[in-house]
Amino acid sequence: MSRALISIPASVSAGEIFEVKVLIAHPMETGFRTGASGRILERDIITDFSCLFENEEVFRAQFSPAIAANPFISFSMRVKKPGTFRFQWRGDHGFEADEERQVELK
Amino acid sequence: MRAAVSLAMSLAFQLAVSPAVCGDRVPGSGFMGLELQAMQADPSSNPASLWVADGKTLWNTAAGIRQKSCADCHGDAAVSMRGVAARYPSPVKGTVRIISLHQKITECQTFRQRASPSEPENHDGLALETYVGVQSSGMPIEPPHGVAMDRAIATGRRIYFQRQGQLNLSCAQCHDQRAGQHLGGAIIPQAHPTGYPIYRLEWQTVGSLQRRLRGCISGVRAQPPPFDAPSLINLEVYLMYRARGMLLDTPAVRP
Repeated sequence: MSRALISIPASVSAGEIFEVKVLIAHPMETGFRTGASGRILERDIITDFSCLFENEEVFRAQFSPAIAANPFISFSMRVKKPGTFRFQWRGDHGFEADEERQVELK
Repeated sequence: MRAAVSLAMSLAFQLAVSPAVCGDRVPGSGFMGLELQAMQADPSSNPASLWVADGKTLWNTAAGIRQKSCADCHGDAAVSMRGVAARYPSPVKGTVRIISLHQKITECQTFRQRASPSEPENHDGLALETYVGVQSSGMPIEPPHGVAMDRAIATGRRIYFQRQGQLNLSCAQCHDQRAGQHLGGAIIPQAHPTGYPIYRLEWQTVGSLQRRLRGCISGVRAQPPPFDAPSLINLEVYLMYRARGMLLDTPAVRP
């Protein structure tokens, strides 16, 4: 089960700058720590995040083991038409999470 | 030159006895930078919101042999749980036994739902506790009264001032006498448990007050008591009594 919190305004004016904030639950295990048994815990991180607006990529980030658990990303956006944001996270061990949010024009 | 040095020293002295460490009570958030305070204040950037959301789901999910949800008995948490976290730990009705909010939740799971109780620091248990805690956010801490509470407060206070561990330190030596100063890179807060369960950046997860207390106890190289041990409950009672009247800010973010 993947859990994400996404915060964008429900409606914006055309051309208005607004903030997109996304938070996802993920342990972001670095691969450098040892567990209770003394063995190295296998790396388990999100490696890629991308955001698409109407199927066009508008934001992309590559994650590294140095990024903390439950990674939070925020960026600014501007749209000229209403549409759908798609958020995609991909990571180790086939981790996949996808979320969609609509934005209307005022 | 000597005048400049003495001026600098007197300034440093004045900073060391600023109001924050002179009897005025300051919650942990008061020792944090503006960025962390903003992270806590905005639910969309506060990672504990994930636990709140999970807690809300669990609140409404049937569990155990009886297939009952919390909501089946308690209804809307925003109504029935408002102010509850501000009163815990509390005596069990009609007895002198004092239990934490976590224990209260596990009692409900065991006897009302006939489900297996959440282990300490289990994700679902913390999620429920955080969800219950959020309902009292902004309310003043109001410990109940009574003989049992008075006794627990007295025992808790004794533990708070008791030197322990190989470092031979009491809670009070850091959190009363050196609050606002540094322990390594971290600022020592006044130990008012206003925001538990907290999202602690060092833990990278949500954790309970007892986890925090056990961390401090092993930090002074003493043997931490097991979760829900009477000494931890008594210490919890004393800290809540010490913070009475302060406003809850669950789910808090702490460094």
